Amino acid sequence: MPNPDQGGAAALSAAPTRREIHEARLRRRSGAIAAGSTLLVIGAIVLFVPMAPGWEAVRRSFFNAEVFRKTFPGLLEAFLVDVAIFLWCAPAIALLGLVIALCRDVRAPALFPLRLFGALYTDVFRGLPVVLVVYLIGFGVPGLGLPRPWNSPYIWGSLALILVYAAYVAEVIRSGIDSIHVSQRSAAASLGLSEADTMRYVVLPQAIRNVAPANMNLFIALQKDVALLSFIGPVEIFRQAGVYKSLLANFTPYVGAALIFLAITIPATRYADYLLHRQRRRQS
Amino acid sequence: MAKLVLQGVRKRFGQNLVLDGIDLTVSQGEMVCLIGASGSGKSTLLRCINLLEPIDDGTIHLDGVDISEPGYDPQAVRTRIGIVFQSFNLFPHMTAAQNVMLAPRRVLGRRPEEMAGPVEALFDRFGLKHRMGHYPDQLSGGQQQRVAIIRALAMSPEIMLFDEITSALDPELVGEVLDVLRQLRAEGMTMVLATHEMGFARELADTVCFLDGGRILERAPPGTLFTQPREERTRAFLSRLL
Repeated sequence: MPNPDQGGAAALSAAPTRREIHEARLRRRSGAIAAGSTLLVIGAIVLFVPMAPGWEAVRRSFFNAEVFRKTFPGLLEAFLVDVAIFLWCAPAIALLGLVIALCRDVRAPALFPLRLFGALYTDVFRGLPVVLVVYLIGFGVPGLGLPRPWNSPYIWGSLALILVYAAYVAEVIRSGIDSIHVSQRSAAASLGLSEADTMRYVVLPQAIRNVAPANMNLFIALQKDVALLSFIGPVEIFRQAGVYKSLLANFTPYVGAALIFLAITIPATRYADYLLHRQRRRQS
Repeated sequence: MAKLVLQGVRKRFGQNLVLDGIDLTVSQGEMVCLIGASGSGKSTLLRCINLLEPIDDGTIHLDGVDISEPGYDPQAVRTRIGIVFQSFNLFPHMTAAQNVMLAPRRVLGRRPEEMAGPVEALFDRFGLKHRMGHYPDQLSGGQQQRVAIIRALAMSPEIMLFDEITSALDPELVGEVLDVLRQLRAEGMTMVLATHEMGFARELADTVCFLDGGRILERAPPGTLFTQPREERTRAFLSRLL
């Protein structure tokens, strides 16, 4: 007589089970529905948008291939300015954000002013629109009549970005510090580690790793906000696109600038999502 | 001479009196087991001895020095009294060896090259030499708990406290951790354990204390306490376990 257990095991490894067949059918069905509805929406857009009365004008002023070809290299070059501003702001933001976060965590009573400063700092700079800070610092400080190069809008514009983004990074790092379970601090204390060593060797490395995806999203936002510096002078990509627009009386350069931003931000956002997803999976 | 003396120790969490006048003496080389229901104050007592929790009343003397005096530097005490927790509390971002070497390096000022030999010997002694480079999440619960014990031992403590260190382990992993305790016992380590392993307490302890409602209700050698408990509540507790 055949052993029923063995028969069951063999069926499991060879032919698909009833459940697997059922699930495969469900998957095929939902795949077909998703593809169909997507095609429908795209078809509608392609069909109906050109029927709008102003479509021809929009196409000429926003999607002009010739203007695009002519201005794109210049835009790319201007984007290097954005990248450069980002590259010198990012480390300063990370450092200042860390310092502010640590200020808010000090326990010693003598250092209470630091704590107060940290709280005040994050409240003020998270409470202001970035563009306002860029204006205030970018126009205000050079207005003091400083000698060259200290009146450069690059310096003061960058400082504005650093100040604002450090406040956000500080809050993210602080939430990371709070997320480390108190038992980790207990374990470190029980080994005789000082509070400073506990923070440096036990809490911070874990905290910073935990909030890496959140910080990454902040830095993606920073790359976009570099364009705000165009208001106070630096000819970066947004400003350059504006120059082309005036020259050629055409908005296509803005579309080109948008594409260049997306080429950087979409992969970066996807990567941050991937990091977050990996972290969730590891913690579950 | 008495190594550790607790007198009238009281500890309150808000309205809740967790330790209600604990008197306990531990001699050099003695092994004391604390037994009792969950919430009877065993863990809190150990955390108070290690100064992880400040006590509200009473005194704790270590080698005749009052370490419970407010303002006494807890760090100095903690390097002399090691503690191992129920939930291991290894540092997850460090390898087993890094976990063990952090405190000697930062607190005792040891250099990594002078520690390498002794630390490896310590891992070898507890059968974990091949796991030194592993991260905690790559180790079984029993291995993690043994690393936590090695981490505490690396500070060369004079007293070791163990807070239900086998309670979070799968049954088949309890044995390897208890073996470590047997080994320490054979080497003459002064130990205080909170434990639910009655068989183990009976086999190795010099003294067993039964805690109930934050007091030591009964204190006796295991032979006496497990066979002829004096108090009715001790008897009730033990009969529930058997």
